[in-house]
Amino acid sequence: MPIHTHIDMSKEMIRVTDLHKAFGDNEVLRGIDLIVHKGENVVVLGRSGTGKSVLIKVIAGLLKPDRGTVFVLDEEVERLNHTQLRALRLKIGFSFQSSALYDSMTVRENLEFPLVRNSNVRRKEINMRVEEALEAVGLSKAISQMPSELSGGQRKRIGIARTLIMRPLLMLYDEPTAGLDPITCIEINDLINEVQERYHTSSIIITHDLTCAKATADRVAMLLDGQFAKEGSFEEVFDTDDERIISFYHYNFIT
Amino acid sequence: MDYFTAELLNMKYVVSKNVDAFFTIIYDVAVFILRFFKEAFKPPFEFGEIIRQCYQVGYRSLALISMTGFITGFVFTKQSRPSLAEFGATSWLPSLVAIAIIRALAPLVTALICAGKVGSGIGAELGSMKVTEQIDAIEVSGVNSFNYLVVSRVWATTLMIPLLMCYTAFMAMMGAFLDITLNEQTSFSIFLTNAFSKITFLDFTSSVIRSIVFGFTIGIVGSYQGYNTSQGTQGVGKAANMSVVISMFLIFIEEILIVQIVNYIRVA
Repeated sequence: MPIHTHIDMSKEMIRVTDLHKAFGDNEVLRGIDLIVHKGENVVVLGRSGTGKSVLIKVIAGLLKPDRGTVFVLDEEVERLNHTQLRALRLKIGFSFQSSALYDSMTVRENLEFPLVRNSNVRRKEINMRVEEALEAVGLSKAISQMPSELSGGQRKRIGIARTLIMRPLLMLYDEPTAGLDPITCIEINDLINEVQERYHTSSIIITHDLTCAKATADRVAMLLDGQFAKEGSFEEVFDTDDERIISFYHYNFIT
Repeated sequence: MDYFTAELLNMKYVVSKNVDAFFTIIYDVAVFILRFFKEAFKPPFEFGEIIRQCYQVGYRSLALISMTGFITGFVFTKQSRPSLAEFGATSWLPSLVAIAIIRALAPLVTALICAGKVGSGIGAELGSMKVTEQIDAIEVSGVNSFNYLVVSRVWATTLMIPLLMCYTAFMAMMGAFLDITLNEQTSFSIFLTNAFSKITFLDFTSSVIRSIVFGFTIGIVGSYQGYNTSQGTQGVGKAANMSVVISMFLIFIEEILIVQIVNYIRVA
């Protein structure tokens, strides 16, 4: 059962077809097919080093695929020139595993950065959006702090707030709960769902954390050996005889 | 296949791999430089970031440059005096020092100091931004990271190092004056008149041009190393280190070439 109610199955936000990507001799992605519908949260599960992050970096145009096509909001990413790609990226929010906050800037400057550089929005509107984004992630008081003064969980939240500032249609989360304690993980999972409900975004969430997957996924795609081994709801994916998926499930809960 | 043949084939493989890697780097650097020229004169211009970088490169280097320049001038004068004294020619000291400082020492000392301080700083800063995905974050924010990070830094080094060179020359002359006035009781106006009597416009312009070339080299090398960092934090250290080593090596090569050209012009 999907967690979110306003999924529009007739509208495709992302379509990935026969995607291949290798680094030297190491073929990381070997024929990935994926569709994300409007309003849907798709969780890509898999062990570390299986190419999950590579998949969303290809979708965001940060890496070029070796073979296959990626359509985002009906535009083929590979065929876009630099200007078109930057315009498309403004509709995508990317939350990095390391948060990727700019060390030399305050939280306010981090959040303002995409807005100031890509639009002619007035100062009043910028301030309003910064406050709104910080309020959405529950960190209004951190506005003047430097990234180095924040905890891991706070950095993740600010990273998500920075993506919300441009009011994206798509969210790509790279390991949103990696390295966080269980309570902060639950807070981040709730935040992902709140963002989805509030901004009606469609999301791909890359994780190896089953709790995160269960809490946020409308659909789960299990990535094993460079291909999706199984897709469906969380329960459907783990109702299987595939030893690899079973061992992933047990290992995740044991550790 | 005997042992000797196997070793020979292995050696051939290693050599061809290294040759490939060398030419790949040359190609990558050429593409990087061409991209700089393509983006440096095309809007949007990151004036704010260029000014911020000029402050970092110029103002933040002043203390080090002041000290180095002053000591260079002072020590060079002190070391030159005995040789000139043998011929009773200590009165030539101001012009000798001025020629040495303006023609050779100021551009080279400034460039080497900045290769160490600024070049390594650019390499480490961009390298750390690369490995912590901050450069990717800039890209996904719809901002041209190359223009924002690389072009602004290369402009800053290219513009500021000639200015720093002039300042180094000034400080070195002050150091030289201190030594001369302590030993020969020469007044400042006589020192200046003597010092600049042998300096030509070509001396000054060739030093400025050399500094522009050195500044561009330091900016490009540091940015290239940082922007293309890999291998995590180890890669950041390597980028900073390589920025200094390669910049210094290229500065010496450029110095040799430019001096040859200037000497050719001077004779002609």
